[in-house]
Amino acid sequence: MDKVIEIKNLSFSYPDGHQGLQNVDLVVCPGENLAVIGPNGAGKSTLLLHLNGILRGNSTVKVCGLAVEENNLKEIRKRVGLVFQDPEDQLFSLSVFDDVAFGPISMGYSEAEVLQRVTRALKWVGMGGYEQRSPHHLSFGEKKRIAIATVLSLDPEVLVIDEPTSNLDPRSKWSLIALLEQLPMTKMIATHDLELVRVLCHRTVLMDEGKVVADGVTEAILGDVSLLKGHGLAPTNLNLVPD
Amino acid sequence: MKHSFIDEYSGLDSFIHRLDPRTKLVASLAFIAAVVLTPASNWRVFVFYFCIIFFLLILSKLPPLYVLKRSMVIFPFVLLIAVFIPFFKEGEVAGSYNIWLWQVSVTYSGLFILANVMVKAWLCILALILLSSTTKLAELLKGLRQLGVPQVMILILSFMYRYIFVLADEVMRMQQARDSRNLGGNRLYQLKTIGNMVGTLFIRSYERGERIYAAMLSRGFDGQIRTLQNLHFRPADAYFSAIFCLMLIFPCVIWW
Repeated sequence: MDKVIEIKNLSFSYPDGHQGLQNVDLVVCPGENLAVIGPNGAGKSTLLLHLNGILRGNSTVKVCGLAVEENNLKEIRKRVGLVFQDPEDQLFSLSVFDDVAFGPISMGYSEAEVLQRVTRALKWVGMGGYEQRSPHHLSFGEKKRIAIATVLSLDPEVLVIDEPTSNLDPRSKWSLIALLEQLPMTKMIATHDLELVRVLCHRTVLMDEGKVVADGVTEAILGDVSLLKGHGLAPTNLNLVPD
Repeated sequence: MKHSFIDEYSGLDSFIHRLDPRTKLVASLAFIAAVVLTPASNWRVFVFYFCIIFFLLILSKLPPLYVLKRSMVIFPFVLLIAVFIPFFKEGEVAGSYNIWLWQVSVTYSGLFILANVMVKAWLCILALILLSSTTKLAELLKGLRQLGVPQVMILILSFMYRYIFVLADEVMRMQQARDSRNLGGNRLYQLKTIGNMVGTLFIRSYERGERIYAAMLSRGFDGQIRTLQNLHFRPADAYFSAIFCLMLIFPCVIWW
């Protein structure tokens, strides 16, 4: 299979008439680390929500060759791990174990398999031994890690993360980036943290006002200062050039 | 931000903490039923029941002052409901007062019932404190589920417990933001501001609910919540239940 995600001509309007996405075309290949950057309200999160069928627009989205439609949803949600921006939304159970086990149990794995998956996912994010803690007692950085573990326990082929480093202090941010770097699966990361993009992603898609404005190698896009300035990702009144 | 939790001391370790939540739930309900069904005149039975709960509280290693403070919470409610009983009960008059046009009298039997209601309420609340302080809420809910409480009730309770502190934080931040801008104006304006805050909180909670639901769907939620069963009914539970039952029945046999 040569395409993990294939989006053709996707448009989406919110119920209030706001146009979230407009004619988006995107292809992601296996093993790619793709960054989706853009200012607030550019449609990054809206795009991510289409990848596992939480939102469905008017066009064809294909994940691992499966069209995103009602009877494929379960399989697609197993393959696409979507991590939300606010870990308070992602972690809704009373213990870390219940949260990480939620996906595997919903997928109907056996008890032994669930236990094994939870242990492995927590070890992966460096949070082994946190099983019985309750999510609201954790620090923000810990919550972010557990939130990632909650989808890793499903062994996704694509990891889709919304703003992984927002609100994190530099130390937690860099240790989270190091963690993401170790994960072998295809990753799609929506962010406006350009440091993260530069370290982690080979390819970058720039979105603004619901459209894909640029798509290319990270160095080329981050090196194009006038492009970044034009879409509010670099200061316009200073002569700071991102190196 | 830090909040006090209703299961604050559930992390301690004692014989009571280690019991299966189902054992504790059933025992607490049995205790409450026994206390409520005991006739008011059998004061020795109440003393005996108090001794049982006192012994269990000691066994649970809960801080005594904490238990006492918590148990005081019940009295305003009981008083509110029961304070009129002494005035309406027929019987020997303990005191009589003239208030404007009415003559009001308090009777001994009325006072006796009031005292009895208070004692019963206090014993019951002690049992509930013992239950809720020695069991983690997650375990308690699991126990309730296995005892046949409908799933939807369990879900409501567990989401409430998970998010009530998140909401409390949100309220606190809104208050801080409001106070930082020097809330002034007249009463009506202040009330309006509070009304807006309540409205905002509702909308935020609603949107958070939508996001949580999306997060659940993303992990394969299909309307059924399944959890692994990890409650264990051990021999200690059986011994405890048997002895506890005998203790509850014992005073009825000898003093009835």
